[in-house]
Amino acid sequence: MSERTPFEFTLSLGDDALIAAQRLAEWTTRAPEMEEDIALANIALDQLGAARLLLTYAGELEGAGRDEDALAYLRDDRQFRNCLLVELPNGDFAVTMAKLLFLSAYQLPLYTALAECADERLAAIGSKTRKESAYHLDHASLWVKRLGDGTEESHRRMQAAVDQVWPYVAELFAADPGAPVDPATLRAEFDATVAAVLTEATLTRPETGWAPAGGRDGVHTEHLSYLLAEMQVLHRAHPGAQW
Amino acid sequence: MYGNDFGAPEEASGGGLLGEVEAAEAALREAAARQRRGAPASDDDLAGFFAEVVEADQKIEPRDWMPEAYRKTLIRQIAQHAHSEIIGMQPEGNWISRAPSLKRKAILLAKVQDEAGHGLYLYAAAETLGISRDELVDLLLNGRQKYSSIFNYPTLTWADVGAIGWLVDGAAIVNQVPLCRCSYGPYARAMIRICKEESFHQRQGYEILHTLSHGTPEQKAMAQDALDRWWYPSLAMFGPPDGESTHSTQSMAWKIKRFSNDELRQRFVDMCVQQAEILGLTIPDPDLRWNDERQAYDFTQPDYDELMRVISGDGPCNRQRMAHRRQAHADGAWVREAATAYAAKRAAENKEKVAA
Ligand SMILES: [Fe+2]
Ligand SMILES: [Fe+2]
Repeated sequence: MSERTPFEFTLSLGDDALIAAQRLAEWTTRAPEMEEDIALANIALDQLGAARLLLTYAGELEGAGRDEDALAYLRDDRQFRNCLLVELPNGDFAVTMAKLLFLSAYQLPLYTALAECADERLAAIGSKTRKESAYHLDHASLWVKRLGDGTEESHRRMQAAVDQVWPYVAELFAADPGAPVDPATLRAEFDATVAAVLTEATLTRPETGWAPAGGRDGVHTEHLSYLLAEMQVLHRAHPGAQW
Repeated sequence: MYGNDFGAPEEASGGGLLGEVEAAEAALREAAARQRRGAPASDDDLAGFFAEVVEADQKIEPRDWMPEAYRKTLIRQIAQHAHSEIIGMQPEGNWISRAPSLKRKAILLAKVQDEAGHGLYLYAAAETLGISRDELVDLLLNGRQKYSSIFNYPTLTWADVGAIGWLVDGAAIVNQVPLCRCSYGPYARAMIRICKEESFHQRQGYEILHTLSHGTPEQKAMAQDALDRWWYPSLAMFGPPDGESTHSTQSMAWKIKRFSNDELRQRFVDMCVQQAEILGLTIPDPDLRWNDERQAYDFTQPDYDELMRVISGDGPCNRQRMAHRRQAHADGAWVREAATAYAAKRAAENKEKVAA
């Protein structure tokens, strides 16, 4: 991957948050418990809030007059820069929690480092969102432990979820030395966080050499185009309308 | 959690009702400060004491004696209200993924989340009457308790989200503001909290419609179509006309209910007419006109036969709503079991630690 511009870097973080929010919001009215419906909506709202700040700033960096909605609603999947992890379908609750664990264990050190970076706007966004990520990580960790060390069925499902989602982690940490925060520098902290949770949850990390990637270059899974078709349908049906 | 990033449209609606909620809250505090007549003098005096507390506009609290029928009526009413909040998440939840801007997506997601919160406060209020949430959820899932029939109508366009906020949350507020003065303390307190949030909901719905009706011709048509479909079902939310309402008289005497169905329906119509004018939308009732003598609007009644059909299960979405709720409950069973098993293991460990 060639070095990314600050616009592309910011856009990729905004897209991660937006697509994560869209997937998490799919749980609304479907969660295993009413309290969990509220918790997942909270996390979706945090991700959506972060997406709005990041996309707005990305639009300013680009300087082409695109606001958050132009970026969210008027790009096709080949222009999205999110990681593949967030666009994967929700699966069962275990898959969603595996995705959330890995995402938040990545976003927490990322936003924490961003809070200290030279770009003031990104630093302000990082210092707001890192607190939210800490809560997301707590929430996902608790569920991964409950499911991993719960019943036989939940253990089986949780291990299967980790096995399914784990390969998508590699893409998150692709080196980008020119970026305000180089994701490669976050890997050690991520590994330590995740290893502790998985151990307590009596789960194992799969051995695999498969490392699907391409999201940062706009080459996605088949799932993203469907997600966007649904998300964008109404906005695109009324070009130029205000909402 | 509720985004306040939507401006108040001029002449925003519902302000008067919010004032009534605040007045009820003040009255609740005053009633709590006034000395209650201590306790019943003897066991023979239980019914007399209950009647006096209700008469004096004091609150009945969970540990007080209460007539069995009062308890049953409250459980039924509070539970059905809680179920309505939970089922009511579905029609609006239907548009979260397709909300036309990120700001609207955030507001709608927060609103639907609020409704889940309302469900939880209400189940908790019902639990103070000696029934568990699990039992109540079972009564919903096996069809033995109902939820508001309005949620059995489909949300076909984005404007329906606006219409639900404006009309359905609006009707809910008109219904619920008097419940802030209900004689049962936990219910009255839950209603105060809920009504404050419902007034935000109503405002965001009104604002959606305001934006649409001042937008493109297609948007305005979408708003009018939504009003056309939601108007009469919203009027039906107040229940059958007074002559046919089965639970009303006793509930009024117990100060669970304070106004009749028809009084509340009239109040709602009177409130909506001016708001519809500001929206530039037409209420689909050719006979709607001001009656100087009554100082109220004359209007066409909703189709009560349709209401009865929907209540009995034959609305457009009854089966869909229930299937969705049952599916979510069944799909979550293994997760709830895992949480219970995990908690039991941790409790056993702690016991061992204490014993060691
Ligand atoms: Fe509500
Ligand atoms: Fe509401």
